[in-house]
Amino acid sequence: MKRSIIDIWVGTFVAVGFGGLLFLALKVGNLASFSTAETYQVQAKFANIGGLKVRAPIKSAGVVVGRVSNVTFDNESYEALVTFNVDAQYRFPRDTSAKILTSGLLGEQYVGLEAGGDGVMLKQGDRLRLTQSAVVLENLISQFLFNKAAEGKDSKDSKDGK
Amino acid sequence: MFAALRQGLADLGGGATAKVRRLGFAARFFVAILLHSGTAFRRFGLTIREIYFAGVLSMVIILVSGLFVGMVLGLQGFETLQRYGSGDALGVLVALSLVRELGPVIAGLLFASRAGSAITAEIGLMKATEQIAAMEMMAVDPIARVVAPRFWAGVISMPLLAALFSALGIFGGYLVGVKLIGVDEGAFWSQMQASVDVRNDILNGVIKSVVFGVAVTWIAVFEGYDAPPTAEGVSGATTRTVVTSSLAILALDFVLTALMFTGGNAK
Amino acid sequence: MATAPIVEIDKVSFGYDAARPVLHGVSLRIEPGSVVGIMGQSGCGKTTLLRIIAGWLKASAGNTRVLGESVRDLDSDGIYALRRKMGMLFQFGALFTDMTVFDNVAFQMREHTDLPPDLVHDLVMMKLEAVGLRGVAQRMPSELSGGMARRVALARAVALDPRLMLYDEPFTGLDPISLGVIARLIRTLNDSLGQTSIVVSHDVEECFAIVDYVYFVSAGRIVAEGTPDELRRSAEPFVSQFVQGEPDGPIPFHYPAPGYQADLAAPAENA
Repeated sequence: MKRSIIDIWVGTFVAVGFGGLLFLALKVGNLASFSTAETYQVQAKFANIGGLKVRAPIKSAGVVVGRVSNVTFDNESYEALVTFNVDAQYRFPRDTSAKILTSGLLGEQYVGLEAGGDGVMLKQGDRLRLTQSAVVLENLISQFLFNKAAEGKDSKDSKDGK
Repeated sequence: MFAALRQGLADLGGGATAKVRRLGFAARFFVAILLHSGTAFRRFGLTIREIYFAGVLSMVIILVSGLFVGMVLGLQGFETLQRYGSGDALGVLVALSLVRELGPVIAGLLFASRAGSAITAEIGLMKATEQIAAMEMMAVDPIARVVAPRFWAGVISMPLLAALFSALGIFGGYLVGVKLIGVDEGAFWSQMQASVDVRNDILNGVIKSVVFGVAVTWIAVFEGYDAPPTAEGVSGATTRTVVTSSLAILALDFVLTALMFTGGNAK
Repeated sequence: MATAPIVEIDKVSFGYDAARPVLHGVSLRIEPGSVVGIMGQSGCGKTTLLRIIAGWLKASAGNTRVLGESVRDLDSDGIYALRRKMGMLFQFGALFTDMTVFDNVAFQMREHTDLPPDLVHDLVMMKLEAVGLRGVAQRMPSELSGGMARRVALARAVALDPRLMLYDEPFTGLDPISLGVIARLIRTLNDSLGQTSIVVSHDVEECFAIVDYVYFVSAGRIVAEGTPDELRRSAEPFVSQFVQGEPDGPIPFHYPAPGYQADLAAPAENA
């Protein structure tokens, strides 16, 4: 096997292989998540985070603006303390509210930010005041049953002519 | 009867100690390869030649298999997803299955049976025909000159082959899903891009294929070097390479998957 | 004053495991410039002796000095350095099958020296010319006959003009013409390159024609030594059985087995 032919083939192989990797990284994967953009950290406390995981997206108006970086339990207030990394290019007012939402009916959970009206913007290390916890299915069901039971009692009362 | 039982147990124990001793020898061999790898890199032409024989000549089987596996994933995946009205998620299914698991694993198995067995047979035959001994007599270290270039060629080729397998597979899934069945092209790619994470999925897949490359090539060169210098010896070694490599790939796949893809959920 | 022997083996013993010793207290000397034969039956230990000289096997007892160095005291770098001064011709040539004849002969030059390609080319051609095979330089080893392959291997072994040449059964399986060629090459190269050669063989005719001195090995011991003429005239039973090629003598024809009558009378094993 002549040396030059082998070199050509090996070069082609390596080039095609790297092309495959590049294809995977760019066309198949979510390269944005690999970006090294600047972020600033913001915290929020939730009574219940449901199934929220680290690296879950932070979305505002449906657009991904950051990622959850840490989830811990605050032993003083007995609430979950979630830390977000928000993209530096997005500024939010100080009174922005954070809700834990679910994508689709049974999908993964993410944090939705709704901008407030305050003139002062959030900066590194700030804490969001307004938060809404995740909807826990069991609580929802028991609330539904409780409402149904109360409705039934009211109509019974009214029927008994009160 | 007791004598037979005792003999059986003795054989079992002897067999086990023999295997452990062999494993120890294999580990020392691995360290020797790493220590003698200088030549493989200083005279990179040697390694390039081995990349040709291990990688380039495996390309055809990898590309064709990747394409077919992707196409089958497209067909079967759509079958099941459509029952839950999630036909649009076909891209996600095909891409994640390939990039995380099927790409590294199947490419690894194919590499083991094609290139691994070839390496074992080559080194085994060189030993049987005294070429290795001749090299030693001419004061050239055979581990540096023959074994190390083949080892590094395998380690370099594996991730490239796995990436090609996954890429072709996704293309195959696209052909079947979008062109043949009629899944929406935009949904196919956009859902895929939203769900496949470069760091978690693709990078982990690459790491897996590198680990498989190390394991398969190590087993291949060791079995070749350790083969008895007879026809039966070499053929037995070649078979052992394929079997042991395949088992190693599947076992390592389990370990790596457990570490990579469920570690985050342990919270 | 006698010059130092190239190889000096003093009461060397060796066994692959303690229960089966292969060599018992073997002693021999190889004088510089001579061609020495080590002869004996298959399995008597002569190849093992060659491997000990080459530093492959470590003797369990005794002293082995090659080219002035004590082989057992050398580390792997030392052994490699020693082997640069030795050459070995293997029984079936052991040419590298993935390279051409030219590349095979050029192997040592390319690995151990920095000679420019032109010089390497000329040297390879000279070596191939010496063995008469300059015309097959671009062929692959698989295209050569056995005799030709062995001659190429010889050219490869002497590529860097080693001081000591070891020949492991160089006459095995060759036709009469090739036999004569190899034998003549061994002697001529030894004399013209100023080498010392050790030939391990059991071919009495060819060996006696070219060697200066012979050691006979049987069951791991030296049983006789001398010049070819002395040994041809020797009355020693083993030597005369070997030299004349008699089927029975000190080396018996029958491998030890239980009584003949008993074996015939024993019932046949069930199929």
